[in-house]
Amino acid sequence: MFLDPLLLNIIITLIKTIVMIAALLGAFAYLTLVERWVVARIQSRIGPNRVGPRGLLQPIADAIKMIFKEDFAPAQADKIVYTIAPGIAIGTALLAWAVIPLGPPLMIGDLRIDLQIADINIAVLYLLAIGSLGIYGIVLGGWGSNNKYSLLGALRSTAQLVSYEIPLGLALVGVLMISGTLSLRQMVEQQAGVWNVVWQPLGFIIYFICSVAETNRLPFDLPEAETELVAGYHTEYSSLKFAFFYMSEYVNILTVSAIASCVFLGGYQGPLGIAPGPHWLILKIALIIFVFMWMRGTLPRFRYDQLMNLGWKVLFPLSLANIFVTAVVLLVIGK
Amino acid sequence: MEIVVFYIFAAIVVAAALGVILLRNPVHSALALALVFVCLAAMYVLLNAPFIAAAQVMIYAGAILILFLFVIMLLAPEPESGAGALRFQRAFAALFGGALILELVLVVASAAIPAPAKFGFLPAAPAGDVYAIGKLLFTDFLLPFEITSLLLLVAMVGVIVLAKKKA
Repeated sequence: MFLDPLLLNIIITLIKTIVMIAALLGAFAYLTLVERWVVARIQSRIGPNRVGPRGLLQPIADAIKMIFKEDFAPAQADKIVYTIAPGIAIGTALLAWAVIPLGPPLMIGDLRIDLQIADINIAVLYLLAIGSLGIYGIVLGGWGSNNKYSLLGALRSTAQLVSYEIPLGLALVGVLMISGTLSLRQMVEQQAGVWNVVWQPLGFIIYFICSVAETNRLPFDLPEAETELVAGYHTEYSSLKFAFFYMSEYVNILTVSAIASCVFLGGYQGPLGIAPGPHWLILKIALIIFVFMWMRGTLPRFRYDQLMNLGWKVLFPLSLANIFVTAVVLLVIGK
Repeated sequence: MEIVVFYIFAAIVVAAALGVILLRNPVHSALALALVFVCLAAMYVLLNAPFIAAAQVMIYAGAILILFLFVIMLLAPEPESGAGALRFQRAFAALFGGALILELVLVVASAAIPAPAKFGFLPAAPAGDVYAIGKLLFTDFLLPFEITSLLLLVAMVGVIVLAKKKA
């Protein structure tokens, strides 16, 4: 090659990053449309069908509307905190995608291109760390707005996210014990034959419930319970700042679904190792997100004490038991 | 390349650390502290210790500081005005702070710190440092590790007892 390898590497990484962000934001736009279709179907409504054929241009209309809304900030708000909060929310949501392996490496001539921005050997810990930083966006948004409903929503969500982070992390530990690696790529490659969900069914269920809570989705959407809190932490947000919160929520849904696919469902591996590639990962993410939407359409919201009881008295002990049983089995079969 | 990254993060850490003590609003101070933690994590990555970096962000920035913020927001204290109940502490602060600076200067001046042979990324540990840390924790440092877990257990029991009393 005529280019310096370091420079070439930087250029490739930059291109991958830009493509990834564009793809995520495109996916976000159309997820909102799909969600409205699915929920409309569940509630026997028609859903968006006016803008473009079958409503396909609806997200674009929404985006234009969002951009041209007045960017209003409350007079008593802490301006700096109020402004950086949506940025933190969307920034941490997008950062998580740096370590998700999308497919097996591509070969263009002699050049090997990994379909992953960074293959770091602590990918799982990185995801948990980035996830725990995401709370800042919500907390600061709620506090910075200087509004009672916003603050209550932010405090609820802090308690909820911190509580459910623990069983979420512990549910992943069972898989880590089996795979013996923290790298997502190695983990996916080990699942060419049998997926981890076969060995860790309980871990998968705990992870799934916690990921619903971590993304503030129904039945765990207490941080923005509209009947009690107007709109929770983003009550005072409008225009693009609100759009950033909205985006981060959907990108987070994509992230937890992608992690569930990579850790438990074989990532880009097909069933029985058939034709591995990004199409399998996209299909699995889509299926998991469909379940998210299905739950939103059919389940009522938890009460706050029920939420805490479920997290601390059911999921937390269950995830510890899962680790214990996994350890005993691994010891007995001598792996 | 590494040295440039180091100086950028070092500058942010120093600025943010000053922010922690100089900002009047406790929430702003807590945020500056979060920035310190995240930039320290970046330095651990430069030192080829990604596990420590992730733990730093997860535990300090993601859990402990969030609880700080939680308490600050619930109590909603007034921004410090500079004068007040803490005034008598200023003399003590100056005394002990000065003593600490003197000690640090003496130690750094007298210690023979070997010049680093080569600044930058250390050779990567093939199995990842997680394996090495786990091994050390369960062999050489088993006793401190278990004592720490006992401490945490005591803290947990204490919290439950305190919470039960009120109800």
